[in-house]
Amino acid sequence: MTDAAIVAEGLGKRFGPVVALDGVDLELPAGGVLGVLGPNGAGKTTVVRILATLVKPDRGRARVAGFDVAEHPAAVRRLIGLSGQYAAVDPVLTGEENLVMIGRLSGLTRRCARRRAGELAGRLELAGAAGRQVRTYSGGMRRRLDVAASLLAAPPVVFLDEPTTGLDPRGRLALWQILGELTSQGTSLLLTTQYIEEAERLAGMITIIDHGKVIAAGTPDQLRARAGGDRLELQSPPGQDPRLLAGALAALGTAEPAIDVAAGRVVLPVTGGAGILPGVAGRLADAGLRVTALALRRPTLEEAFLAWTGQPASGPPARRAQPAHPARSTR
Amino acid sequence: MSTAATAALPGRTVPVPTSVAVITGRNLRRLVRVPTLLVFATVQPVLFVLLFTYAFGGAIHVPGVARYIDHLLPGIVVLAIGFGASQTGVAIAEDLTTGMIDRFRSLPITAAAVLAGRVAADALRNLFVTGLMIGVATAVGFQFHAGPAAALAAVALAVAAGLAFSWLNLLLGLAVRDPESAGLAGLFPVIILFFTSSALVPVATMPGWLQAFAKANPITVITGALRALCLGGPTSRPALEAVAWLAGLLAVTIPAAIARYRHATST
Repeated sequence: MTDAAIVAEGLGKRFGPVVALDGVDLELPAGGVLGVLGPNGAGKTTVVRILATLVKPDRGRARVAGFDVAEHPAAVRRLIGLSGQYAAVDPVLTGEENLVMIGRLSGLTRRCARRRAGELAGRLELAGAAGRQVRTYSGGMRRRLDVAASLLAAPPVVFLDEPTTGLDPRGRLALWQILGELTSQGTSLLLTTQYIEEAERLAGMITIIDHGKVIAAGTPDQLRARAGGDRLELQSPPGQDPRLLAGALAALGTAEPAIDVAAGRVVLPVTGGAGILPGVAGRLADAGLRVTALALRRPTLEEAFLAWTGQPASGPPARRAQPAHPARSTR
Repeated sequence: MSTAATAALPGRTVPVPTSVAVITGRNLRRLVRVPTLLVFATVQPVLFVLLFTYAFGGAIHVPGVARYIDHLLPGIVVLAIGFGASQTGVAIAEDLTTGMIDRFRSLPITAAAVLAGRVAADALRNLFVTGLMIGVATAVGFQFHAGPAAALAAVALAVAAGLAFSWLNLLLGLAVRDPESAGLAGLFPVIILFFTSSALVPVATMPGWLQAFAKANPITVITGALRALCLGGPTSRPALEAVAWLAGLLAVTIPAAIARYRHATST
């Protein structure tokens, strides 16, 4: 037994010609929360499937709750809870029937399964709907029921694959709160998400994967620090094209500026801290441009993500540009 | 390993009978709550008895059988069970696409339990369907001619045939993965085998080239054994042939379906 809830080394998996995972390392200390962040198709779900013993890796090894997933899948299954990407609940059964069924199949006695089903339905705000068939539930309710099912047997390691996808903001907040309580009781949690905010809010450690590879891993603070220096944010006054600001300052940046024409805002990746501000002021004065606000700040995780993957965290899967500002050496 | 959370759990090994019973319960609930499934189990068998009896019964005279319903019932029981089994393929394909199988496979239960629980629910349904058809057929003149023991053996053989149909459809559903295709894949073989069997008309009335196929057809063999048990006459040989067919089918489909299930994931 190791102390870690999850240790994965060099996980590789291909499906026919598609390389889903290309050497992924992960580590989650017992009682911690690991957020696996990445765009659509990055390989997040494949990671979860391998760790939950559903798919065998082509190469690499993984231990979950102290057991090798390939050698002792049955032991691993006794110690995990899984909530997959789609709500896997039977629409014909009631909420309570679904929970009791999963509880019984997790090894709980009938009485214990009923008690836990009642508890979790209450905590996930499903108590009033527990006696109704799931086909009458909203998407958010199904999702919460699915999460409840994964927690039923109080497993020490829980996998949640995009748990808040499809939830409204209130449902998302409620689920975050429950997951927070859960981890404060010692459950180790691995969650995948496309939402930076979610990873930042819940996860002590974040691993960013893209194209089946880990491109960055660390605490949210470490990731921001590694995203490449600072961000210079400028607000253009009404009537002045923010692209002029971007043009005047481009030479100071370490990468292409992000320009929001409608909002009149320019964000430029820079290095050198406050030392660059005199240069900024000089160039703006030379060009005769005005700004209504100017700030030098750390990058947001969103910007860090963009820098590494070349696309926004929750953006469309279509255009997969090469990273504009690769930082692949930072592991 | 952390502990506050695990303390709630005594032993978490699920005995096979428990897991099979829980899955069976799930499928029985679905059976009575989903209208399509209910129709497959109630309306359709009754319609089969009435439609075949009154639409065909006047035209078809089978030598040596007084009432057509006596000749007909074994074949249409097999047909009703075969049609009903196509819903088993649909259901397992649905479970696959909705991620239900992913969830089941992440639980500490044996792979066979999910499939066996489905087959067990099917067997109970088939017992009901067989009883219902016998009841309706009796109302329109059907009689057992070989005594109560043979009658019970006939019911058992019909349910056993249902086991083979269920496992075959589980295999098909896991192989084609798409619920609609699974439904077609389950119905086609039954339709083709049914109409090229002795279920409706004696094989001797078919053209020569079809007779060889019709005689080897498993539905002919199973129907023949059921008829022997219902109508009397030599029973051991047809019964053995039917049992051999079913044992062969099960020997192939059970391990194949379990092997497929073990590697099945939702995408």
